[in-house]
Parts: sequence; structure tokens; C-alpha cells
Amino acid sequence: MTEFTPGSAALGGLLIGAAASLLLLALGRVAGISGIVGRALVPGEGESRGWRIAFVLGLPLGAALVSAVTGPLEVTVEADFPVLVSAGLLVGFGTRLGSGCTSGHGVCGLARGSARSITATLTFMIVAALTVFVTHHVLEGVSS
Amino acid sequence: MKENGIALVSGTLFGIGLAVAQMTNPAKVIHFLDVTGAWDPSLAFVMGAALVVSAIAYRVQKTPISVPAGIDARLVGGSALFGLGWGLAGFCPGPAIASLSTGSPKVVTFVVAMLAGMLLYDLGLERRRDPAA
Repeated sequence: MTEFTPGSAALGGLLIGAAASLLLLALGRVAGISGIVGRALVPGEGESRGWRIAFVLGLPLGAALVSAVTGPLEVTVEADFPVLVSAGLLVGFGTRLGSGCTSGHGVCGLARGSARSITATLTFMIVAALTVFVTHHVLEGVSS
Repeated sequence: MKENGIALVSGTLFGIGLAVAQMTNPAKVIHFLDVTGAWDPSLAFVMGAALVVSAIAYRVQKTPISVPAGIDARLVGGSALFGLGWGLAGFCPGPAIASLSTGSPKVVTFVVAMLAGMLLYDLGLERRRDPAA
């Protein structure tokens, strides 16, 4: 059970939106993490790694800054190592195949009103919710 | 260099937002997805707020982003695979990388596997589709 925290959730979302806006307005780039990471790993033709690596480095830096102020972050991972590896592979492969994740499709894509992103977001949200339903209420011992 | 500086600021702001929102905590994500259980709707507020701010930026942004049109099997299939992985571990790419700041072995495991999955796609499937790439 986790607490309902609408205030900090909205504040966090605001900052995420601001970050995405900065990237868009200053660099003309979409703050889609899976795409940024993917192309930092394997750049397409003419694509630069530099800004992508800089962005990715900022993510844990930002989290570290928060923990410096509020104390260690709570990161409760129910999944055990085999599940983590499977999940990681699925997320890595799936986000690249589907051209985006919660930031790329869920935030930036929806903000643009993109039909592709609406479809993608509905798909991963529904599948994720179904997955949790099955692992938590149907099966036993997948996550904990 | 200025480009890298802006990207770093953006990434850092993004990471701060993720941590403040507690998206870096998979338990929070799982409880958001656990709609029939002990539901924590917080994540909806995260995405809602992020959407509102981003929508303003997209209105202001004059040059349209060029993105392939059309809803195809790859989009839906890929999103389904992503959703499955997300539902299993409660991590998506951004929060997972941000959570590396904790040095947790579980986070590192997930991120390494995620990078492997990405490489599998970018080096494997993509190349097979377009040998000239």
C-alpha cells in the first residue's frame, strides 16, 4: 500500500512537464526517454550522442539532488532478479519497437494530441494494469 | 556544448520531477496499476500535470515535429510488450535510470536488462528490416 500523494505528484509532474518543455523549445527534441536512451546507444545516421548522454546523466543527478534534500529515496522493488531481467528486456525491446514509453507517448505524444501516442498509451496502460491484476490477484509468487 | 548543457539541465529537472513524484518507487507505480486492489491514483496526477505543462509548450512550439503517421502492429505490439514489462517490475525507462542514483543492485539489474533489450531491437530487428541502415 502506498499513500495517495496528489500534491507531490502534481508538483513532480509539473517539473517533468517543464523539463520536456525546455527540451522541446530550446532544442526541438521530444523528451521520450526510451528514444533518447536508444539512440544514445545506437545512433541513427547523422544522430548525435552528446545531448542524449547529457540528458540521461541528468536523470540520476536530479534524483540524487532530491535525496540530498529529503533523504534517501524509497525504491521498493517487489520483483526478484529473474523477473527484473525479463521485465527489463521487455521494456527495452518493447519501448524501441513501439517508439516510445510513458514520457514519449504518455506525456509528449498526448500533449501533441497524437493518435499514435493515444493508442500506444492506452495499450501499455491496459496491458500493465492487466499484468498487475494477474500477478497480484490471480497468480502467486511472481512479484513477492 | 550549449546544446549539451541544456540537455543536462532538462534531464536533471526531469529526474527531480520523477523523484518528487515518487515515480522512482516501483511500489507507487504498481499500486497505481493495481486498479482492483489497494489503488493509489497518484500517478494520474503526475501525468496530468506533466501533460498540461507540455501541452502549453507544444502550442508555443512553431515548427512541427516530424513523426511517422499511422498506427501499426509495431506500435501496438511494442507498447504491449512494454506494458507487460512495466507491470512486472514497476519500472519504465526514465524512473529506472533516475533510480540508479540509489545504487540499488535491483535497479542496476533492471537497467542493464533494459539496455540489452534496446540493443536487441536496435541492432537486431532494425538491421534486418533495412540492411542499408
